[in-house]
Amino acid sequence: MRVPLSWLRDFAPFPVDDPAALAADLDDLGLVVEAVERVGEGLDDVVVARVDEIAAIPGADRIRLATVEAGGGPLEVVCGADNYAVGDLVPLAPVGAVLPGGFEIGRRTMKGVVSNGMLCSGRELALSEDHQGLLLLTEVEGARPGLPVVELLGVTPDVVFDVTVEGNRPDAWSVAGVARDLAARLHLPFALPDPAPVAGSGTPVEKLATLVVEDDDLCPRIVVRVLEGVVVGPSPRWLARRLVLAGMRPINNVVDASNYVMLELGQPTHPYDLDRLGAPGLEVRRARPGETLTTLDGVTRTLGATGRGLGDTGEDCIICDAQGTPVGIAGVMGGASSEIAVSTTRVLLEAAHFAPLAIARTSKRLGLRTEASARFERGCDPWGIDRAVARFCELVGARVATGELEARARAVPRPFDLEFPVERVRSVLGVPFAPAELADLLEPIGFATTEDAPGSLRVTVPTNRPDVRPAPHGVADVVEEVARTYGYARLPRRQPSWPEPGALSDRQRTRRRVADVLCGVGAVEVWTPTLVDDADHATMGLSGPAVAVANPLASEEAWLRRSMLPGLLRALAYNANRRQGSVRLFEVGTVFSHPDEAGRPGVRSGAGGTGTTVLPGERELVTAALAFNEDDARTAVAAWRVLAETVSLDGVRLEAAGDMPGLHPTRSARLVAARGTPLVLGAAGEVDPDVAAAFGLAGRRIGWLEVDLGRLLDAPRRSRTAAAVSRFPSSDVDLALVVDDAVPADRVGQVLAEAGGDLVESVILFDVYRGPGVADGARSLAFRLRFVAPDRTLTDDEVGRLRQAAIDGAAQTFGARLR
Amino acid sequence: MTLEDLERRTVAAVAAATGTAALDEVEASALGKRGELTRAHRDLGQLEPEERRTAGKVLHELRLRLEAAVAARRAELDAVERRATLAAERLDLTEVGEVAGPIRAGHLHLVTQTQRELEDVFVGMGFTVAEGPEAETDWYNFEALNMPPAHPARGMWDTFYLELGEPETVLLRAHTSPVQIHLLEQGQRPVHAVMPGRCYRRDTPDARHLAVFHQIEGLVVDRGITFGDLAGTIETFTNAYFGADIHSRLRPAYFPFTEPSAEFEITCTICRGEGCRTCSGTGWIELGGCGMVDPAVFDAVGVDAAVWSGFAFGFGIDRCAQMRHGIADLRALVENDVRFLGQF
Repeated sequence: MRVPLSWLRDFAPFPVDDPAALAADLDDLGLVVEAVERVGEGLDDVVVARVDEIAAIPGADRIRLATVEAGGGPLEVVCGADNYAVGDLVPLAPVGAVLPGGFEIGRRTMKGVVSNGMLCSGRELALSEDHQGLLLLTEVEGARPGLPVVELLGVTPDVVFDVTVEGNRPDAWSVAGVARDLAARLHLPFALPDPAPVAGSGTPVEKLATLVVEDDDLCPRIVVRVLEGVVVGPSPRWLARRLVLAGMRPINNVVDASNYVMLELGQPTHPYDLDRLGAPGLEVRRARPGETLTTLDGVTRTLGATGRGLGDTGEDCIICDAQGTPVGIAGVMGGASSEIAVSTTRVLLEAAHFAPLAIARTSKRLGLRTEASARFERGCDPWGIDRAVARFCELVGARVATGELEARARAVPRPFDLEFPVERVRSVLGVPFAPAELADLLEPIGFATTEDAPGSLRVTVPTNRPDVRPAPHGVADVVEEVARTYGYARLPRRQPSWPEPGALSDRQRTRRRVADVLCGVGAVEVWTPTLVDDADHATMGLSGPAVAVANPLASEEAWLRRSMLPGLLRALAYNANRRQGSVRLFEVGTVFSHPDEAGRPGVRSGAGGTGTTVLPGERELVTAALAFNEDDARTAVAAWRVLAETVSLDGVRLEAAGDMPGLHPTRSARLVAARGTPLVLGAAGEVDPDVAAAFGLAGRRIGWLEVDLGRLLDAPRRSRTAAAVSRFPSSDVDLALVVDDAVPADRVGQVLAEAGGDLVESVILFDVYRGPGVADGARSLAFRLRFVAPDRTLTDDEVGRLRQAAIDGAAQTFGARLR
Repeated sequence: MTLEDLERRTVAAVAAATGTAALDEVEASALGKRGELTRAHRDLGQLEPEERRTAGKVLHELRLRLEAAVAARRAELDAVERRATLAAERLDLTEVGEVAGPIRAGHLHLVTQTQRELEDVFVGMGFTVAEGPEAETDWYNFEALNMPPAHPARGMWDTFYLELGEPETVLLRAHTSPVQIHLLEQGQRPVHAVMPGRCYRRDTPDARHLAVFHQIEGLVVDRGITFGDLAGTIETFTNAYFGADIHSRLRPAYFPFTEPSAEFEITCTICRGEGCRTCSGTGWIELGGCGMVDPAVFDAVGVDAAVWSGFAFGFGIDRCAQMRHGIADLRALVENDVRFLGQF
């Protein structure tokens, strides 16, 4: 909201010499000043000039040469605008003038032509936002060449604060509202405009119009006035100027007065051309499903349609004429048919209080947010209507019909009392305030206080503060007002302490260790999208439903990822395309499953919540795509071993699996924790070459590791109790065993280890041989078995027996033969 | 041959030996089992006892001298040979590249690093770290946080909804505050937790915003917690994370789930408070929001406001990384270019 300082000064005598200090005070009150703009300065040298001649400049099609008269003889000025003609009066900044923003006008040569100054747009003079062309002064009364523009337009230097008002402060969303807070902070007297009561000088209003409110739950209060003998024309210059400074375009005196009142007091009103209503008068009701209305912006809107949103029943409050034809969407936008026009002579003014939630729903569903709807949905003061109406009548200055039409529901908000325990201020803010201090802070912003009993203050909450709730919660709202008006910065700080220690959870520590391990094996952590294209799932061979986003930003971001494989492959391809093809990447993140797929039961959404709702399944995965140098499935397994070792996993097996989407059918395995109930922890292997190719990585082997962090935490871990290391020498036995290709090597090793029982220190596979001497379809696995006893040196006999037991075990289990 | 000749010749031969093998030969021929000195020793038996003692002493001293000469020469030759071996083994360690040394450092994503640093600061201040799901129901994201359906404040979070259940009942969390509700619903008292996590907002990405981003939220619910504790906690954190010369200040703001609410700003980390373009000359930059937990939130999750009070705060992790590391465009964080990620 743009707030001119001169307008603020209508309500309190604010100092003009230090706008920055005022801005700091506003900030500290929570009325955040985004910008402080000085306007109307630097115009002292700008004068009115008459265009006497316009000539083309050879070789230039964007600029022309204008010869102007500004009281000092013909002057040639180069100008790029084309919205003016010979005879027009325009602003001229002569050579030497300094425009707002510090831009100094010099004598310049363009296309070989000398320009002796600059003809200006409204924006260049900081008089309006308009930069389409020159600011035309031809029609301005009293304009003549040589007259200073400042004098002509009555422009005085001013300061405009661009203030952002928080959503809970509709009371401050007006010039008067800002002035109220600021005056309280500066201890200045504050007074609202006090327009004279509307006398009524014409026909009784009942003879001119009717008012019926069918649904007063949507419209708890409405006032209608009729003005006769209205002459529609431009607004007085001071009023138009204030609208411009506030960022609104002046239209005509009637519409401008309505806007002015809204900006000043925060109460939107709507003027209708009484004679263009189907029948004179208004009717307020719910829209019937399917009713249509063409709004002021020329768009035809369908009303009463049930919305998608939660709790949106499709209710729209509409204003109709006396015969029931819609003429406006209440509190949002008026209809085109009864718009104020030059021909208008009789104006019906509507000023109402609408149910905030109804306006919010309608505005959201129609995607139509206006200055009025934004104010109504936050809550206007139902008793501020009368002042707004009087102010409007005063500004328009026509003959006002005697009396007003008013409809009022039983439940119009009224000021209410709140028992305010003074002690609560201390318990919330940490410092005590005396009742008198509280009164001094609250009264200037409109909260009346009475000290009923020692320690308790009765606070009367005014109707312009819908953000303050009744007790008990309202006490917190009033405490905020105390803190705000006192100043947050003045409240003492304290560093709290408590006996409970801070700590990371087991999951968080494990997540860190796993990520550190992957860093240790040279992988770079990436962050790939959670919102993906479902086509990626198909490309990697993942069937089944994905969870769809109802309102995605783009179609390729319209589903929740079910796998991190596409994202990591894209990241690899992105880097490969930038000549960084030899890399290892990893990611820690969430994948989602559709409830239909997981067959999950409904998840209750909370005690007071919206009932039983089914949520997507979420799993946190650690994934790595390994494509450094000669990386392949073996790299993935090696990385997995390091990882499993680091988190002390116990009894983990690889189980060859050809059915994992996206993975190489003969070079991939499931990672299974086999102690107790088998638990699949993830997968290690290689990306399916066709899938890799589909993501732009043809002809590359990419090792793939995927671990479910949640399951990793559930998997059995080795005992953390120390086992003593034997102090006796160990003995090695090397065995080369010929086994079928189908038999996994780690199973053979396991059987060899089991055969040696407690005396086995380690079993290591150190060579794999295929070729002459070994039948096709088999290979020779060379294991080194190391035996040691905790209490003695093993004898040759003992070692011999252990060797034989190992050979026998492998022979019996796998038909292995010693080579 | 006299002993003098033997000594002279042997000493010359020792000096002339150019390798340990040659020295071994010299040693053997002079001092070995069949060497001349050994023979001379053997010949002593033919002498009278008196002469034998004198001659034996002479021979023994000669042996000691020759042995010392050999040992000294051996040490010289060993040193020469060691030098030659080492010279032959020379490595230019600067040749170690990807082929020779296939080990290189990985990198944690800058967001992860930032999140860990933030977590560590808060853990040091006595906070635990809590987490929650990314897909949530309306209740956790809005309603329990004092935003009933159609509440205008919901517009502060442009939300992604999921095609599950009734329209707009299931969503991607727009902030980490739903985790507060989970914690309080579980009945945990007191609570001193920070809650980092990924959030989603339907904002078109630009240099300062991402539609998917990370936030960290803090919640303290305990006995006797005041607004002063909130301001003190924010200040302690700001000093600990950004540096002792970076301070914090609070100014009134609006969040439906806190009352009083505040925006918190910190000393501009670029100009250290002098005023610059980044902070629009104010010396302060906005970091996040905070406030005292609204009694309506306590009601929604069954916390007795007569016993407990608390505060909450939250801010962007990615934004912190951006400020700390001078990242011009946040979108660099999701491009996954290893040349960018490898810097950190």
